[in-house]
Amino acid sequence: MENIRNQIKNFFLRILNIPFAFLMHAIDLIMWPIQKIIGVRNMPYIFLLPNLIFFGLFVIIPLGANFFFSLSSGDELLFAERELPTTKQYDQLFDCESYLNPNTCTEDFFWRGVYNTIFFVVFQVGLMIFFSVLTAVILNKKIIGRGFFRSVFFFPVLLSPVVVGLIWQWILLKNGAFNAIIESYGGDKVSFLTDPSWAMASVIFVSIWAHMGFYTLIVLAGLQAIPPNLYEAAEMDGTSRERIFFRITLPLLMPNLLVVFILASIKGVQTFDEIYVLTGGGPGTSTSLIVQYIFTTGFASSGSVQNFGLAAAASMVLGVVLLFLTLMQLYFSRNKESKHQEI
Amino acid sequence: MSETTSRIIKIATKKRYKNKYHWTDYFSYFYLFLGVLLMFGPVVWLGLSSLKTLAGIQEYPPTILPLSQIQVDVEGYDKPLPIFNVTQEDGSVKQLAQIKRIGINAKMVDPLNPGETVKVPIDKREKIREFKIQWQNYVDPLRKYDFLLYFKNSTFITVVATIITLIINSMAAYALSIYEFRGKNFALVFVIGTLLIPLTIILVPVFYVVANFGMINSLWGVILPGAATPTGVFLLRQYMLTLPRELIEAARMDHASEWAIYWRVVLPLSIPAIAVLAIFSIMWRWNDFLWPLIVLSKSEVYTLQIGLNAFHGELTSQWNYVLSMTMVTLLPIAIIFAYLQKFITTGIASTGMK
Repeated sequence: MENIRNQIKNFFLRILNIPFAFLMHAIDLIMWPIQKIIGVRNMPYIFLLPNLIFFGLFVIIPLGANFFFSLSSGDELLFAERELPTTKQYDQLFDCESYLNPNTCTEDFFWRGVYNTIFFVVFQVGLMIFFSVLTAVILNKKIIGRGFFRSVFFFPVLLSPVVVGLIWQWILLKNGAFNAIIESYGGDKVSFLTDPSWAMASVIFVSIWAHMGFYTLIVLAGLQAIPPNLYEAAEMDGTSRERIFFRITLPLLMPNLLVVFILASIKGVQTFDEIYVLTGGGPGTSTSLIVQYIFTTGFASSGSVQNFGLAAAASMVLGVVLLFLTLMQLYFSRNKESKHQEI
Repeated sequence: MSETTSRIIKIATKKRYKNKYHWTDYFSYFYLFLGVLLMFGPVVWLGLSSLKTLAGIQEYPPTILPLSQIQVDVEGYDKPLPIFNVTQEDGSVKQLAQIKRIGINAKMVDPLNPGETVKVPIDKREKIREFKIQWQNYVDPLRKYDFLLYFKNSTFITVVATIITLIINSMAAYALSIYEFRGKNFALVFVIGTLLIPLTIILVPVFYVVANFGMINSLWGVILPGAATPTGVFLLRQYMLTLPRELIEAARMDHASEWAIYWRVVLPLSIPAIAVLAIFSIMWRWNDFLWPLIVLSKSEVYTLQIGLNAFHGELTSQWNYVLSMTMVTLLPIAIIFAYLQKFITTGIASTGMK
């Protein structure tokens, strides 16, 4: 039986292989003369070329263009029709009587986004690290059905932001499942997504729900790298479990947590899609973050309100924050020899 | 209890600290139980509810199983009316159909005798339910709306983008792992550099580039900008560095062209790493939202994600269709996960990307 299945599998693999081999042979017809002309030594450039063209077109040129967009003004997307050079966008972005009060700014939407993002990232990252460590520690114990529990906690990571947003929008409805549970325990209904004071909390909760599994996995990998003989020694000394956790597990986990912290911050600062589906940044502007501002200013608003320059300037500000965080990540991961931080 | 089962239970519940349950053990199981409810519950709840009628979905408090209220056609009324078990004053129970609810009373009619109506206090009636699976939730959106098209667009983007990504990334990884050449370090730094620049900070100019190529509202405008991934290049390069060099030397002795060495020797040996990248790429592409949202503004090029979001925005009250299509959107990924979960989780743990 097994043999037949393998034969069938090989048969299909071979059929799949035919177009692939055909394509590769066809490319070889071009590559062979090239190799004859430029020699084996220069072949790596040919292999690198397609990837570098893509990087150039869609990363490097855009990065340069972003400077240009942010330093020029006008409603046109074409370079030739924009005014150059001007710091108008940055002036407008940073025109505030008091930076602590978004209402006094010309671009109050941007500054609300900034403060919302800070609030969001602080709570989301903090709570996420807490719960991922808790979950990872529990999943690392010898428990029944460990594999099952692991996949349950990991599963939401694979869901798309639209799916996550829609599921929770529906569960958190005024007449949704969450409120039904609250009422059955004698509580009052809560407008999770339409009450400004609840919306941010709901958004943070959903975002943790969706991404926690990923960080749990990284922490779990860190926990498994702790040498078991440390625990055996502590156990032999009769150390209490609480003490083992705070004196062995946590200190040895610290480098991992630092990586988790930075990774989660980088992702957190860029959060857009789940919130866009869940609340659309509302009610009002209570859950709109910086990327939401970039998206709305650059693309979503119609006609004359659309302002590529302003969106580009805001991206540059976001870029500086991300650059700082990424450099921190590179610095810390260089200090620690671990495979998953090289990338 | 038999010998073996008791032994299994003994082994399963064996503690590090013998004969002693620590409070953390109780807490762990409590936490896991709660975790399963919270992490998995919403998806199960989504699956069950997507089989309910619209009325069943909007019911509050909701029922867990797809039970819907039985409705009957009564003479003289346009719409089918829901039936209730009504407790009469003498204690007997009678089946009546409700016409409408007025405050704490309901105007009801006997289906067998449609001429006269009665007023019944609402706490005296009880819904009659039946188990009914509403397959139309899945069939209707595919027929009446464009979801089949969205599904095709999403599949096209996912498949083509993954193939392009695999080919160009593995080519670059091959060059950066097998050869020594001038400018290699520069190329490596260049690739790391692109890792530092996420799409969110270059949205406007990438849109500009794509617009210049005339790829707005085209599936290629979604596929091409993300085709070269720095993570992919690194993942493959790291793997290819471990391949034995003798194989490549031997192939070169046999006068194989460099391209032939790449696809006949190195690619087949790198299948494990390529498979990890393929799964990631499929996941990224299928779930992608922000970039398609910007590039695609015509409904005939919508992906499933964009189409679902737009559909929900237009018809907020059609939760039955939204839920069923959400199920359709998450199903392919869920199936892949079910088959390859070990593969995916070790892939993530060892690369630190998602």
